[in-house]
Amino acid sequence: MDTLVSLLLLAISTAFINNFVLKYFVGICPFLGVSRKISTAVGMGCAVTFVMAIAAFLSWTFTYFVLRPEAPLPVWVWQICGGDPGTTIDLSILSYLVYIFVIAASVQFVEMYVRKFFPPLYKAFGVFLPLITTNCAILFACLEILKQLQDPTQLWGLHEALVYSMAGGLGFTVAIAMMAGIREELEMCDVPQSLQGVGIALLTAGILAMAFMGFAGVDKGLANALTADTTAEMTASFKK
Amino acid sequence: MEHHLPTASERFINGIFPENPTYRLLLGMCPTLAVTNSVQSALTMAAATTFVLLCSNIMISLMRHLLKPHLRILVFTLTIATFVTVADRVLAAYLYEMSKELGPYIPLIIVNCIIISRCEACSSQQSAWVSSADALGVGLGFTLGLVSIATVREILGSGTWLGLTILPRSVWEPWGIMVLPPGAFLTLGVLLALVNFLSTRRKNS
Repeated sequence: MDTLVSLLLLAISTAFINNFVLKYFVGICPFLGVSRKISTAVGMGCAVTFVMAIAAFLSWTFTYFVLRPEAPLPVWVWQICGGDPGTTIDLSILSYLVYIFVIAASVQFVEMYVRKFFPPLYKAFGVFLPLITTNCAILFACLEILKQLQDPTQLWGLHEALVYSMAGGLGFTVAIAMMAGIREELEMCDVPQSLQGVGIALLTAGILAMAFMGFAGVDKGLANALTADTTAEMTASFKK
Repeated sequence: MEHHLPTASERFINGIFPENPTYRLLLGMCPTLAVTNSVQSALTMAAATTFVLLCSNIMISLMRHLLKPHLRILVFTLTIATFVTVADRVLAAYLYEMSKELGPYIPLIIVNCIIISRCEACSSQQSAWVSSADALGVGLGFTLGLVSIATVREILGSGTWLGLTILPRSVWEPWGIMVLPPGAFLTLGVLLALVNFLSTRRKNS
């Protein structure tokens, strides 16, 4: 129960309160570039979510077993090669190189796999896949997982990393779909000449970001409500 | 020579205004929006990006004859990632507070499209000297872009500039929204419109 509640809160706070696009500004390029039609925007959002989950799984595995301080694999290799058992090995300086490699490789493999086995899906979002390698949202999710794994007080498990990345992708999809809906309506408006294109899109994004600031504190309220309910139920059942 | 390639000074001037990365090409939007809530962090970010841009441009330019066409993007990215690691460690060692504040945005320089586009457009074709002039020009253009946004946001949002009080509290009630995320979008939108407006007016007259 406790784990589920904390995962739910993590998902809500990642998708809405700390929205990747509107709070951390990652993934701005597709947010401004591919948000002219709702259908393409949703396709892009799904592709990002898909790749982000895969990249998060791979980078969690690499970080947990290889890159973090006290990770088991380098120590094991060191001892097999006859090194001194007391040595601490910290490979985290390699993490950026490994992440960028993991992201590029997973995008490549996802593209080949989807093209071979799911042609309709490839038609729907395959064209966006190569663009995702340089999408900062994916790298941002990997870096967040690295940060959580370096902090021994709140070591993330695989389930938390996966929930985090999927909720992040969901938040991205929601933001880009809303933006596309607004921009479709903007086509009909008389926008001043200097603001046309990206200018008005940025102002719209600013107003959207203000609206999303209204979510602040929802997670704490929800946590209070959920834990209060369970304690109330428990006290009620004790009284019976 | 089959076509004329720009010289070093042309490359340098080109990066500052005609192809300014922030206002003209709209590249590298993520740091442009994220770290411009104070002039100091904008300057640090711009310096780190210029360092990475300069080093990777020189490096790619030196090995441009060894590049294979289908592997070049991967080579670019890995070179950039190496220099970003260097910049990140140096910042963490000497400017710890600033590196905490910039957080994930320093490693995110790896996926900054400015650097990859410069590697592709300039340094994979031209000599190290021309590429470094290009890197300095684009870096200066990026610095100007970041500092102009950060100036507006810091003065309106907290009444200071680089930590110095410009608008004291007794005269000016700071607009808190300007240092928060929405302020970044609004400021960049308005500044972009201003730049477009001024350049069309100059073209017409």
